[in-house]
Amino acid sequence: MPLSWLFGLLGGLMIGTAAALMLLGLGRIAGVSGLAARATGLADAGPPHTLAMAFILGLPLGGWLMARAMGGVSLSIPSTATLVVGGLLVGFGTRLGSGCTSGHGVCGMSRFSRRSILATVIFMASGIATVAFMRMAGL
Amino acid sequence: MKQISLALLAGALFGAGLALSGMADPAKVRGFLDIFGAWNPTLMFVMGGALMPMGVAWRIQAKLRAPLAAERFNLPDTTKLDARLIGGAVLFGIGWGVAGLCPGPAITDLALAPRAAFVFVLAMLAGMAAFKFTSPRQPTARNLTADWGGRKDER
Repeated sequence: MPLSWLFGLLGGLMIGTAAALMLLGLGRIAGVSGLAARATGLADAGPPHTLAMAFILGLPLGGWLMARAMGGVSLSIPSTATLVVGGLLVGFGTRLGSGCTSGHGVCGMSRFSRRSILATVIFMASGIATVAFMRMAGL
Repeated sequence: MKQISLALLAGALFGAGLALSGMADPAKVRGFLDIFGAWNPTLMFVMGGALMPMGVAWRIQAKLRAPLAAERFNLPDTTKLDARLIGGAVLFGIGWGVAGLCPGPAITDLALAPRAAFVFVLAMLAGMAAFKFTSPRQPTARNLTADWGGRKDER
């Protein structure tokens, strides 16, 4: 798509605005891994349950509305095995490392948090290495 | 009620942004990480676009005593660069590279590609549960303070 960079930029602005709403409105970090864990009772600390649940329910709701407005979005789905392996690692890793692309990447880096900048550099590098390895191994 | 609506609105705006940006597509995300192959740099614009409003928001936050719709700011105050942070980021990155999904897009995709997203989210919650039940319990007296992942580091 020739305009995909523009969609990327606009989508990014929406994501950042949503995170800014959480910060300035509710005083919270819009970290999806932490909010998901909190919403499902898998985190001991964090925002009130109902708050986390509302944000998490909003994600597919907003995605659905946007897909309708755009007349559908195309997704290519990976194999079930990669979904399971990827999901397990993403779940464990984000809890161990206290955040994911939203919490460390968007919220933490814009705060110039050393922890978040380090985490983001590492998970980017590790993701790049993983894709390169899978390409070499023909996976 | 005001707080719940605001959280729902923020979540919906976040999910809509993910769907518009292309981050909801696992193949695009893997293309972005594939810098030694068929690299697709589009998602740089997503991160750049997201960082701009947040950069402004942090400047405003520094001037506020309290958030607009809550009593106080509950923000991470940890500064430790420890093995937990590094190990967690390494594992998360591997999972991200394998499937092309991180938590936000995965949960958003529950509405866009329900079957696949359900498998991933279930596995992700299992991974989170595995962490919860293998790590020492956190002190609950400090529950009000959230870390990036809603978790406070032990002291």
